[in-house]
Amino acid sequence: MKQSLLPIVAHRLAILCYIVFALFPLFWLLKVSVTPNDLLYSEGVRMWPSRTTFDHYAFVLRHSAFPTFFKNSLIVSASTAVVVTACASLSGYALSRFSFRAKYWIVALMLLTQMFPLVMLVAPIFKILSPLGLTNSLTGLVVVYSAFNVPFATFLMQSFFDGIPKDLEEAAMIDGATKFTAFRQIILPLTLPGIAATLGFVFTAAWSELLFALMLINGNDAATFPVGLLTFVSKFSVDFGQMMAAGVLALIPAGLFFLLIQRYLVQGLTAGAVKG
Amino acid sequence: MTMTADTLGRRHDRRPWLTRLAHASEPYLYSAPSLILIVVVMLVPLVIGISYAFRDIQLLNPFSGGFIGIEHFRTLSEDPAFYGALRNTLWWTGASVLLQFVFGLVLALLLDKPFWGRGLVQALVFLPWAVPSFLAGLNWAWLFNPVIGPIPHWLSGLGLMAQPGNILSDPQYAMWGPIVANVWWGIPFFAITLLAALQAIPRDLYEAASIDGASWSQRFFSITLPFLAPTIAITVLLRTVWISNFADLIVVMTGGGPADRTQIVASYIFTQAFKALDFGYASAIALVLLVLLLVYSMLIILLRQTLLNKD
Repeated sequence: MKQSLLPIVAHRLAILCYIVFALFPLFWLLKVSVTPNDLLYSEGVRMWPSRTTFDHYAFVLRHSAFPTFFKNSLIVSASTAVVVTACASLSGYALSRFSFRAKYWIVALMLLTQMFPLVMLVAPIFKILSPLGLTNSLTGLVVVYSAFNVPFATFLMQSFFDGIPKDLEEAAMIDGATKFTAFRQIILPLTLPGIAATLGFVFTAAWSELLFALMLINGNDAATFPVGLLTFVSKFSVDFGQMMAAGVLALIPAGLFFLLIQRYLVQGLTAGAVKG
Repeated sequence: MTMTADTLGRRHDRRPWLTRLAHASEPYLYSAPSLILIVVVMLVPLVIGISYAFRDIQLLNPFSGGFIGIEHFRTLSEDPAFYGALRNTLWWTGASVLLQFVFGLVLALLLDKPFWGRGLVQALVFLPWAVPSFLAGLNWAWLFNPVIGPIPHWLSGLGLMAQPGNILSDPQYAMWGPIVANVWWGIPFFAITLLAALQAIPRDLYEAASIDGASWSQRFFSITLPFLAPTIAITVLLRTVWISNFADLIVVMTGGGPADRTQIVASYIFTQAFKALDFGYASAIALVLLVLLLVYSMLIILLRQTLLNKD
């Protein structure tokens, strides 16, 4: 008993270190967001302020453009997630169930899109979208983000389809259903966890995207949360409490989706890591 | 199996050609929406971007747009900022990947043992991965800020810093800011991937090894590591490419400063396009980066082939 105690203590201590390292920055974000302005400097390095306040949140929600940014980001991320998941379930199904001549090339194309620097596309995409009136518009962002996320989502959906036995739709087709009916009525419902995971992944990715949003959007009306927060930081860089309150708010949707997809993380990321 | 069934079926196919066409085009119809999106939004701009590299394209200059051949590349070869960015990219990518990998592997090994509360611990340590990258960057920039962040005070308390200053504005150490943020943000990815690979190792191997009296390190080097090797190789390769392109943290935390000390090639491209609005020059740098990454991937694949052939 005495021999095996030391490794266990070391193991738990190491885990504790990881938890502290992972959570401390987020804890600090929360701490500063509830610290009253007059205590911000005098109690700079204290772990928790002697008084807490929600004024920063109230200000951010009532008197700033952040609710608009929040709404914009929500619209963009949700639309992107829906568009990508719809496209990716179709193409993932094609890759999982059919063997056809162009399959190799489609996979190669999708892998290629995962390898080259997306920042390369900043200038050409701006040039293309600008005459179409899609710069400074949420639609433009949805189109761009959808394309960026489709390859990964396709591989992800494919791995979920691969996990469903083929006999199911073969049986349905013997009963006279077309392949598409079998796909829609039998296979898709069985892939609901996969669909949820894909929605979550894509939503989080779109919620985090910064560089294209910065390039394509100017002005507050169509700004997404990252753009809004960054402009806010460069303009009013002294209001740390408000910025961090906004930061905590930006964390909420991503955090919620994370909880939702947490179970599928290991499965999903493995599929992604192996294939793209 | 399906392949042979398909080809057999096709040989004896007596259905009308329209049905046959519909049948053959089915996978293409399923793939069409995704392919159209990828081709229109990624492939076409990629080709246009490559053409920009040989043209004079400045957003604010209506007279620009002419073909100038390799002029941009000539400028680039004499641009000290570009060479600095190249060096910084190596440093940024190397340090980030190495630290993420080491810490990620240790975390995966820790989580591979069953213990009480493992599910909760897993959710907590994987949480940074869910934090949007711009927020991770801002969050760490704030932690490094001597006014509201604790890190400068800790560093000076430990005697590592003469007085609480901002590491992000110190030319010598500024790069450590984004690297630390990147490591914090990226550990979960490595841990998740490696954990999945660890869990796929058959448990009886370990049991057999224990019975034979193998020590922990023997088991690690002769069972765990060989089993993990393919996952490690592919994850490190993909992450290296990905991190060398990952400009978000740098754009948010330092904007490439102080004095271009944290400017990597990817953030340099973004700065040229976004701030200088010089799309031609930005595309030329991007093309060079693309070629470098392709060369890197080729080298890795060749290396892999030679290693595989040796066995």
